[in-house]
Order: sequence, then structure tokens, then C-alpha cells
Amino acid sequence: MIDTADFWLVTVLLGIGTFVIRFSFLGILGGRSLPDWAQLHLKYVGVSVFPALVAPLVMWPEATGGAIDPVRIIAALAAFLIGLRFGVIWSIFAGMGTLYALQFFLPGP
Amino acid sequence: MTQHPTAARAFWKGYLDCAPFILIVVPYSMLFGVVARDAGLDLVQTMTMTVVVIAGASQFTAVALLQDQAPVFIALLAALVVNLRMAMYSAALVPYVGHARFSTRALMAYLMVDQAFAVAVRTYEDHPDMPPAHRVAYYFGCMALICPFWYGCTFLGAVIGEAIPASLSLDFAVPVCFIALTAPLLRSAPHIFAAFIAASMALLFAWLPWSVGLIVAALSGLVAGAQAELFLRRRSARGAA
Repeated sequence: MIDTADFWLVTVLLGIGTFVIRFSFLGILGGRSLPDWAQLHLKYVGVSVFPALVAPLVMWPEATGGAIDPVRIIAALAAFLIGLRFGVIWSIFAGMGTLYALQFFLPGP
Repeated sequence: MTQHPTAARAFWKGYLDCAPFILIVVPYSMLFGVVARDAGLDLVQTMTMTVVVIAGASQFTAVALLQDQAPVFIALLAALVVNLRMAMYSAALVPYVGHARFSTRALMAYLMVDQAFAVAVRTYEDHPDMPPAHRVAYYFGCMALICPFWYGCTFLGAVIGEAIPASLSLDFAVPVCFIALTAPLLRSAPHIFAAFIAASMALLFAWLPWSVGLIVAALSGLVAGAQAELFLRRRSARGAA
């Protein structure tokens, strides 16, 4: 369960912080451009943060008490491979579909 | 100018040009509603977060980390890092809509979402003769379609989420969602290298307390991607010389 005070603190600060990021150049910094080094690194934000979040969630899922679950690893691979080829929505369908199919056919933990 | 006779026309053009993205926004926002309720947030909390933040990936990040009992500081930092990409969007919009009034630009900033941004900038590039006022109208047209769906479907997901049984393993929807967002981003060797390093470091440093491992891993990925790109640039420069 998520602590109520923690939730509100994160939501309010995240709301403010996100707005400041969105408004940065459009509102405050105007025509100034980002320095090269910042642009270079920002390109890799998505491909760094998401895999870093996902890897432990797939490897040691909370639903199995942190035990390695081959079904989830296979489903994650399916989502990944389909996502490479067909994009976001098909990737979600492939991941959850594979999970359900395997859970149905294999009596899991 | 004949292509955009009135600003109203530009608004509706933006509205229609973004229509295909409803297919993405509907399931994605519903999923946030479902996951948020599953994590123990109530309807008011879920909707407040969606309206205040309107940035799906960072909302998933914050909820996943808070549920994992990560400290507030880490959850906030990780979610903000996810949104840093929007500084690039903000900079990219300045030449096209930087002329608008301050309050208009503030509203544009609040409504800035990935898909609509991409559509708007592509249209501005394709139609350099578009009058500035029409660009603003077009932008709001894009967002006017996406945002109501974003709020509405989050609400729907949060309401029906209650009825979804635990046997559906919805906990897994969060990693699947992030995988779905990442896969299409792997456009070049440096992107793939960054993702690989970030995932490996996250597993290697998962033992660190307070989810510090996530921050270490994400920063390693950023640096790895940037360095790989610089390496390839140097190599091709040498090859050309």
C-alpha cells in the first residue's frame, strides 16, 4: 500500500516539476537552445530509465514473492520482440496475452 | 495560406490529425487507472495525479516505485528524469509558437504530450508557410482530442479496475507497458547499448537500499548511450578522413 502523505507529496512536486520542464524553453528560456552535451544525453533518457525499471520487475516479480518466474520472463520477451516490430499497443497485447496463455497452459507458482 | 483559411480550420485539422493516437491513448490511460487502483490509490488520488501531471510514463514510474516502498525522493527523481525529454519538446516548439501570449504558452506547456507534440512539429515542418496563429490553433486541436480521452479513460480504468480479479496478474501490466514504450525507441546501436547497460546495472545494483540502484542504472545507461554515439561519430569521422 502507498502511504497517503507520500502520495500527495510526490504528486504535487511531480506536477510542479513536470510543468517547469514543459514550460522551460517555451516560457522562460525562450529561444536559447540546450547545450550539446545535454541534448546528447537526453536522447537516451527513455532507453535508460525504462529498462532500469523493468529489469528487476521482470526478474523478481512481487507477485511471486520475488521468485524467478519463467512465464513472466517469456512474456516480457514476447512484449519486447513484438514491440520492436509493431509498436506500443501490439507489444502490450503480446506481453499480457503470452502471460495469460502460459499461465493457462502451465500450472504456475 | 490557402491551405489554412482560418484558425478554426487549423484547430480541427490538428484534431483530426491526432485521431489515430486514440488507439494508443485509450488502453494506456485505462491501464494507468487500473494499475493505480491496484496499487491502493483511491479514485480521487488517481484522478488528481492524472490531471496534475498528465504524463503517463512518469505516473507509472512514480506509482510503481511508491508501491515498492521506495523513498519519496527516489520516486520523485525517477519520475522527473522520465519527463526530462519534454525539455527537448519545449525547445523544439519555440520557433513555431514562441510568439504566443505568456498565458497561452503556459497552457500549451501544461498540455504537452508526446504523440500530439510529434504530430504538431511534423506539420509545422511540412507547412513552413502556416501563419503563427494557425500553428497555435493546430496545437490546441491536437491536445483537445488527446486530453479528454486521457482523463476520461483513466477514470474508466480506475472505476472498472476494482472489478478485475487478482488472477489477471495486472501487476505485470506495469513492466509490459514500459517494455512497450522502450522497444520502438531502440532505433540505433547506441540506443540498444544504453538499454542493455541500464537493464544490466539495474539487476546488478538491485540490492542497493531505497531503489538507489534504479538511479545508478539509469545514469549509467545515459552515459553509455552518449559515449557510444560519440565513439561511432569519431570512428566515422576517421573513416571519412
